[in-house]
Amino acid sequence: MTEEVFARGDSPLHRTAPVVRTALAVVYCTVVALVNGFYAILAALAFSILMTAAARLNPVRVMRHLAWALGFLCFLWFVLPWSIAGTPLFCAGRLTVTREGVALCTRITLKSISILLAMISLLATMRVAALGQALGKLGLPPKLVQLLLLAYRYLFVLEQEYHRLYRAARIRNFIPRTNLHTYRTFAYLAAMLLVRAVHRARRVHQAMICRGFDGRFHSLQVYRPTVWNPVVAAAGSLVCLTLVVLEMTI
Amino acid sequence: MHISEGILSAPVLAAGAAAAAAGTMAGLKKLDTDHIAQAGILASAFFVASLIHVPIGPSSVHLIMNGIIGLILGWAAFPVILVALLLQAVFFQFGGLTTLGVNTCVMAYPAVIAGALTRPLVLQTGLRAKVAAFACGVLSIFLSAVIAGAALMATEKGFFNVTLMILAAHLPVMAIEGIITLFGVEFLKKVQPELIGSFKAQFKAGKGE
Repeated sequence: MTEEVFARGDSPLHRTAPVVRTALAVVYCTVVALVNGFYAILAALAFSILMTAAARLNPVRVMRHLAWALGFLCFLWFVLPWSIAGTPLFCAGRLTVTREGVALCTRITLKSISILLAMISLLATMRVAALGQALGKLGLPPKLVQLLLLAYRYLFVLEQEYHRLYRAARIRNFIPRTNLHTYRTFAYLAAMLLVRAVHRARRVHQAMICRGFDGRFHSLQVYRPTVWNPVVAAAGSLVCLTLVVLEMTI
Repeated sequence: MHISEGILSAPVLAAGAAAAAAGTMAGLKKLDTDHIAQAGILASAFFVASLIHVPIGPSSVHLIMNGIIGLILGWAAFPVILVALLLQAVFFQFGGLTTLGVNTCVMAYPAVIAGALTRPLVLQTGLRAKVAAFACGVLSIFLSAVIAGAALMATEKGFFNVTLMILAAHLPVMAIEGIITLFGVEFLKKVQPELIGSFKAQFKAGKGE
């Protein structure tokens, strides 16, 4: 099931206003994606780990969420070291592993992990509803924010709908295999999901009009200004600045 | 298919973000307040569809369905796919924040293009419509793989082998997505025929009920 596993929790980061966290996440991730110096990347990794620690998240869960990215990185490690031209490091059969290839892989791995950790500790620690409101305040088009909030609201509903359809198929002894019948069944399931989505959307739209929807969603969750807002904002800016300086000087 | 964080170079990331922003603006323009609910809930359906795994031999692949989304939504597919990808990035850390623009381009441009190219034929009947629906699914995945490969190659020539492997890995996905699109479109044409077509025409039909 899709779940916001990190959204519940109590830490300085959880208590910081979503706008501050979202803005910081965007700036920090962009800076980390752009730096190339080895020291800057190592510093970014250290900062990201500190941030994850500050968010007091379950380390096992964090690792599990990194698994997908780690899988992709493993694939890169298999291919990239021998496909970049440069000074040979050692030969494995006909393939020559180069210094440049290994360096590039290391850089990509560290950057990837730093950015994902930052996203987990800054963005995944708030509900998407709060994220949507924050993105709206940061200047995203209102229509896009509404799309995001609606998609988030009905995600779980449609996921249950899918499980219901799939359960019904299973009860009728549907066993997925590599054959045309399986693909047809899944195609009908997915298409039925679209049909149900459209039907539900009509009812939701009518209900929204009945309640006087004027193009704005009002959030009931109020983040009181805490001492953490300026602290996190200042610390975040300092970290980003440090990374930029490290990149420029070394 | 998502490109992970930390791989692409700054110019590629910037170009991807700009191209995604342009497409999203075009899509949002087509989407008036009355369509928001429908587009939003279709975005969640698109998200849920990507959780559906279909078996292929000993392994499995997940559905992508950007072809069908393109057939239904046209340009409005752009903001819908962007939102679904943002949700995936926040929930599962698939893709990421700085690569969101590139990943949106990878998924959404093929949706719009494949949808626009095949829609007139899909709306006909008989074998021609079936072939067009199959082609829509295949083409959307093929274009996605090509755009992803182009983004990697523009970053670093050394990604050539990686790009080749990604293309090869997507051959079976293309076949499956083609079959799924073929049956899915067939189903939609029986159950909700007005759904395929321009988003606007479809909504007018819904309003008339």
